[in-house]
Amino acid sequence: MSLPSQAEISGAVAVGRFGLGPRPGELAAAVADPKAWLKAQIDHRGADQPPGALPDSRDRFLAYLALRADAQAFKREAAAAAEPGALTAPDPNMASAAAIGQRPLERLKAERRAAQRPLRDAVAAEILARAHLAATTPAPFRERWALFWFNHFTVSTAKPAAAVLVGPFEREAIRPHVFARFEDLLYAASTHPAMLMYLDQERSTGPDSPGGLRRNAGLNENLAREIMELHTVGADSGYTQADVTEFARALTGYSIGIPRDGGELAGRPLYRPQLHEPGARTVMGRRYPDTGQAQARAILADLAASPHTADHIARKLAVHFVADDPPAALTARLRSAYLESGGDLAVVATALVDAPQAWDRPPTKFKRPYEFVISSYRIAGAAPGDADHELIQPLTAMGERPMAAPQPNGWSEQAGDWMAPDAIVKRLNWSAAFAAAHAPTDAPLQVADAALGARLTPQTRLAVMRAETRPQALTLLLMSPEFQRR
Amino acid sequence: MIRPTASYDLSRRGLLALSAGFGMTYFASPALPATAASKRKLAVIVCRGAMDGLSVSPPLSDSNYLALRGPIAIRPDQALRLDADFGLHPKLAGISALAQAAQARIAPAVAIPQRIRSHFEAQDLLESGGAQLYGVTTGWLNRALVSMTPDRRVGAISIGAQEPLVLRGPAAIDSWSPGGRDGGDLTRVKATLADLYQADPVLGAALASGLATEAQAQTMTQGQPIQARDERGFATTAGKFLSEDNGPSIAVLSLDGFDTHAGQGAVNGQLATRLAALDNVIAGLKAGLGPSWSQTVVIVVTEFGRTAHVNGTGGTDHGTASTLILAGGALKPGGIVGDWPTLQTARLFESRDLAPTLDVRQVFKAVLADHLGVDRRALETSIFPDSASAPPIANLV
Repeated sequence: MSLPSQAEISGAVAVGRFGLGPRPGELAAAVADPKAWLKAQIDHRGADQPPGALPDSRDRFLAYLALRADAQAFKREAAAAAEPGALTAPDPNMASAAAIGQRPLERLKAERRAAQRPLRDAVAAEILARAHLAATTPAPFRERWALFWFNHFTVSTAKPAAAVLVGPFEREAIRPHVFARFEDLLYAASTHPAMLMYLDQERSTGPDSPGGLRRNAGLNENLAREIMELHTVGADSGYTQADVTEFARALTGYSIGIPRDGGELAGRPLYRPQLHEPGARTVMGRRYPDTGQAQARAILADLAASPHTADHIARKLAVHFVADDPPAALTARLRSAYLESGGDLAVVATALVDAPQAWDRPPTKFKRPYEFVISSYRIAGAAPGDADHELIQPLTAMGERPMAAPQPNGWSEQAGDWMAPDAIVKRLNWSAAFAAAHAPTDAPLQVADAALGARLTPQTRLAVMRAETRPQALTLLLMSPEFQRR
Repeated sequence: MIRPTASYDLSRRGLLALSAGFGMTYFASPALPATAASKRKLAVIVCRGAMDGLSVSPPLSDSNYLALRGPIAIRPDQALRLDADFGLHPKLAGISALAQAAQARIAPAVAIPQRIRSHFEAQDLLESGGAQLYGVTTGWLNRALVSMTPDRRVGAISIGAQEPLVLRGPAAIDSWSPGGRDGGDLTRVKATLADLYQADPVLGAALASGLATEAQAQTMTQGQPIQARDERGFATTAGKFLSEDNGPSIAVLSLDGFDTHAGQGAVNGQLATRLAALDNVIAGLKAGLGPSWSQTVVIVVTEFGRTAHVNGTGGTDHGTASTLILAGGALKPGGIVGDWPTLQTARLFESRDLAPTLDVRQVFKAVLADHLGVDRRALETSIFPDSASAPPIANLV
C-alpha cells in the first residue's frame, strides 16, 4: 500500500468535512479537484428543495388553525364528559362506546389523537423528504450549508404551535437565501410565520398602538432578544435590556394573516400597522425614526452589517465546518470575507473553501446524529423510506430528534454534547440494524475505501476485512473512529 | 398537618442567618466518614427555559402578586398550601405531600451569580459553577467528583440522550437514556470495537461504560422497554441506578419546555403540563430509590426566573430570581430557604423581576459539603472558584 497523495487526502476531507459523506463514486470525482468540486456547488439560486409536493406555510397554517379550533372543542367536550352524570347522559353514541368498553372521555381522547394524525404525518413527511434529499444529493456541500443556516435560525417542532410550519420555514425562508446576502436571509427568517409563532412575535402589541390601547395587550420581547443574541450580533456584543425592549417595540406589527384578513393573506407574513408601537426607537446607540414596517427592517439591516455579526457568524461557520475550537486565522478570513462583501454568503462560502486552515486540521469534528445517519445512507448508496422508524425514533434516541431542537440556539456543535456513553451505545445499536437492512453487495473493503478513501486507517481496514458478514463489516465501518468524525 | 414555619422577615433575618451559618458550618461539622457518605445520594434536576418561580411557589400573602400576575396568577383558593405565606402550584401535589412530611422545602428567590437574561449563557453559568461567564469550562458536579476520588468510589450518571455541562469534565460519567434497543447480538462487533477504540481519546471508555450501564438497566427494568416520554418511568430507573449496590452517588436529569413567553396558563396550560412532569420525575425518583430515599437530596433548579408582570401575550419574559426546590429524606426540616424580597415595585430588580436573595451556589455548596462530605477547601477553590461571597447555607441537610 503506497502513501496517499495530497489530492487523495484533500478529496477525503472535501466529501466528509464539507460534504455529507460520499455516495458511491463521489470520492473519485472529488479527488480530481476538491476545491473546484466544492465551489461548483455554490449556487446563487440557493439550496435545493426536498422532493415531492409539500404544502406551503399558508396551507399548513390553515390546517393548524382548524386543529386548534378542534382542540378547543375537545376541551369543552372533555370537561362535560368528565362531569358527574355524564356517564348516564343520553348520548346516542354511548351505547356503542359502552359496548366496546370505552368511557366517553377515552373515546374523545382517541378521536383527538386521530384528528392530530394528519399534522403529525405532515411533520414526518417533511423530515423524510429532507433526509431523502440529503442522502441522495450530488451537491452535499450545498446541502450542509443549508442545514447550517437552518440550525442557525432554529425553529422547532418542540413548540406545538410552530410544528407544522418548520418544514415550510426551511423551504421558504432558508433554502432560497443561503447564498444570498445575510441581510436577506435574516429578513426572510425573522418575518416568516414559523419564526413569528416560534418566538411569540405574532401577538406582540405596542402598548400605545391603537390595538394596544383598545385591547390592553402588550409587548413580547422574545424574538427581539433571540435575533440579537443568537442570529446576529451575539450575547457578548454589549447590548442592554433597553436595546432588546426597543427592538421589540420596533418589531410590533410583524404578524401573520388569518382567514379574517382575506383569503390571500391567511398564513402569510402580514404587517399590522394598528399594532405597531408609535415613536422613534434607539437600538445600540442608533436612532430609528418611526417609519412603521420599515423601522424594524432598518434595524435588521444594521444588525446584519455589524462587525459583531461578522464575528459571530465567522466563528459559528468555523466551528461547524472545521473544529470545536477553530483556528483564529480561519475565523479572521471568514470575518473579512463577510465584511468586505457586505455579507454575501456565496463569497463567504468561497472563502471557506479557499482557506488552508479549513483543510489542514485533522478530522476532529464528531458527527452529530443527523450527519452520522445521513452519511451512513450515502456510503451504502441507500435512502430512507420511512420517517418514523428509520429517522425519528433512532435520531431521538441518539439525542437529535429531527427538526425538534429543544431550545432556540439549535443543536450543539460541540463533540462533548454527543459523546455520552449512552449515545455511543445508541449509535452502535442503530448501525447494526441499519447494516442488516442496507449492507451493499460490494466487497466490504471496497465500500470502506469508497467511504473514507485516504482517511481509512489500517486498523479499521483490518477489522472490516476480518468481519464475518457484510452487515458486520458495515457496522464496524460506521462505528469506526474515522467514520464517526469528519 | 401543616408544620409551623418561621415567618419571613423581609429585611434582615436571612442575611443574619447566612452570615452566622457561614462560620458555623465551616468549622463545626466534622468531615463525614467515607462509609456514611458513600450511601448518600444527590439528584439534580435542571429545568431548562427559565421556570417561573412565581407559579411554582406562588407568594400568596404578598399583596402585589395577584395584580402583577392577572390571568396567570395561581390564586390562594387554587394553590396547595405550603406555609402561611407560600403555596405550591396545584400540579405539584407530590412535592406538596413531601413538604407536609418535612421532605421538601423551597428557596423562593434564588439566582445565579451574574445578571444574565440569555438562557444559554445562564445555563452555562449555572452548570459550570463559575463566578462569571466563561470563567470555567467544566461542570461543578464533575469537579466535585474529582475532589472526592481517590478517597472514595463515587460515580455519577447522566439521564438523557445528551450529557449536560454540569457533569462534564475530567471525571468519567455514566449515562443512560430510554429507547433504541434493536441491535441484535453484537458480541463480536463489541469486542472488535473495543480494539479499534484503544487509541481513541473518548470512544473506548464511552462505549465500555455505556454497554455496562445498558446491561444494568436491562436487569433493573427486567427487559421492559421504557418510553422516552414516560418521565416517571425514566426517573424511576434513575432512582434504581442510584440505589444499586456500588451505584453512582449523583444523577442529573434535565426537563425542558419552561420558556413560557406566551399563553403560559395558570392552573392548567403550558406551564402546568411541565410542572406535572416535574412532579412525576420526583415521584419516580422516590419510587426508584426505595429505602435510599431517606439518604437522598434532590435539587430542582432553573437558569433564571421570569418577569414579575404578566406580559402582553399571557406569558412572562426573561427575569432574574426563581424558585429552587429541595426534596429528599435527608433534608432537615425548616421553612423557606433564604429571604423573600417581596414584589413591591421598589424591590423588583430593574423594576421588572423578582430580586434574588440567595446565590444558587450557596445551596450547591451546602449540599455538597454537608450531604456528600465534599472537602471544604476544594469547594472554595476548584469546585466554586471566587465564591467567598456565597457561603454555604447552614442546616439544610
